[in-house]
Amino acid sequence: MKFNAMTAVAALMLAVPGIAAADPDDDTLIINGELEMTTKAPLPAHMEDVNMDQIMSGWHFRSDETQALEMDDFDNPGMIFVDAGRDQWNAVEGSEGKSCASCHEDESSMTGVRAVYPKWDEKAGEVQTVAMQINDCRVNNMGAEPYKYDSGPMANMEALIALQSRGMPVNVKIDGPAQETWEKGKEIYYTRFGQLELSCANCHEDNYGNMIRADHLSQGQINGFPTYRLKNAKLNTAHGRFKGCIRDTRAHTFSPGSDEFVALELYVASRGNGLSVEGPSVRN
Amino acid sequence: MKLSTTILAASALAAGSAFAEPVAPGDVQFDDYGAVAESLTGKPGDPEKGAEVLSKRSLGNCVACHQISSLADVPFQGNIGPTLDGVGDRWNEAELRGILSDANNVYPGTMMPSYYRVDGFIRPGNGYTGKAAEGPLEPLLTAEQIEDVVAFLVTQKEQ
Ligand code: HEC
Ligand code: HEC
Repeated sequence: MKFNAMTAVAALMLAVPGIAAADPDDDTLIINGELEMTTKAPLPAHMEDVNMDQIMSGWHFRSDETQALEMDDFDNPGMIFVDAGRDQWNAVEGSEGKSCASCHEDESSMTGVRAVYPKWDEKAGEVQTVAMQINDCRVNNMGAEPYKYDSGPMANMEALIALQSRGMPVNVKIDGPAQETWEKGKEIYYTRFGQLELSCANCHEDNYGNMIRADHLSQGQINGFPTYRLKNAKLNTAHGRFKGCIRDTRAHTFSPGSDEFVALELYVASRGNGLSVEGPSVRN
Repeated sequence: MKLSTTILAASALAAGSAFAEPVAPGDVQFDDYGAVAESLTGKPGDPEKGAEVLSKRSLGNCVACHQISSLADVPFQGNIGPTLDGVGDRWNEAELRGILSDANNVYPGTMMPSYYRVDGFIRPGNGYTGKAAEGPLEPLLTAEQIEDVVAFLVTQKEQ
């Protein structure tokens, strides 16, 4: 071990109290005064050797004002996009003269879907995200154009589908045929990309609760996606967020919908197994 | 170009010029403890400019991770790393230059970026564009900026 004495000095300095740690809060998320959400949960079994006490929704890391916006659907700007998604659901498009509703009826038929995706698709022989499934239906069942992976219309549709599972625990499967993809996602999560050499884990596992400049770092959970961000005043997809976070390490990032991000989505989702599906959530 | 830089530097030194070429990132001489004895520019840095490098998002953005009370008017100081208060008591100039140039030599696996290294990265980007880097990378800070920061940090003594 190099530099023994100095490392010891640095360790001492780190232990000195007085740094204003902005810890996640203990508030309870109840939506519309009736739906109590699980925003803290025990570590999923696969995270046993991870140095964390529990998993937490990003909601706990936001200011009281931002939190309040998610507590009432009339205040949640994401709900406007859900309405747009509902119109898309009922709109006939493509060569087959069908809408989503033609095959699936009411959107409540999507209850439970968000909670278990991404998941292995036997027919396709790959792990599929909700977005991939949406485009699969559009192209193969409706004869319509696919949505661009992280576009507004895609986010709207994802929000409508997420809402049907709101309050249900995230529960993605990581074993069986999905395991290989999950392992790949895990590897990406711990890879230190870019000229800043930062991994997802550096920020969201080792430093959640700490401040990086003006940002209060959360655990980077995706149970709240798609998420309405005050910063860009639109609904954001999980892959859009991944892309931004990797770009911020001064790296050549991956594309929304890429195999890498599908794998990463499965892995990150599995780190939230047990938290409530929260989309569309509100963040800054 | 490494080779020509070295030759230039050598001939400049031979001619006794005070304006030698800066040491190239690959040529920095770290000792066994990760310290760098020689100034990267061959001259002392400017502490005032160093404070600017520390504070500015577009430069070192050190305050993204470190708090420092002598720059209290710089908003939103992060707390990922230790406070830099009194850092000039804990480390000497050569050590600070080493930590800045490549903190990994001092703290293996540290989260602190290497500010004067240009290779060994996974998927390096073209700045913050998200696109792939084109051609050889520039270090995060220039030799001069490193020296400016070092000159500032050595003044940071606990009163
Ligand atoms: C340099 C630090 C950094 C790195 C590295 C990083 N992120 Fe982030 N991430 C942030 C910040 C800052 C935010 C905004 C505050 C927050 O929610 O944590 C954020 C937000 C997120 C969110 C939104 C959470 C929510 O509740 O809305 C997700 C999801 C996320 N990151 C995932 C990732 C993943 C996956 C990776 C790796 C591919 C990654 N991040 C790498 C800094 C980082
Ligand atoms: C992404 C986070 C990050 C950034 C940005 C960063 N550092 Fe650090 N720095 C750290 C961490 C973490 C440590 C503690 C070393 C360790 O344990 O890994 C550290 C340690 C140090 C130390 C030793 C401190 C002591 O008390 O012993 C100095 C000096 C230092 N950093 C200076 C800087 C300067 C100057 C900059 C900008 C040019 C900078 N750092 C940018 C994270 C960062």
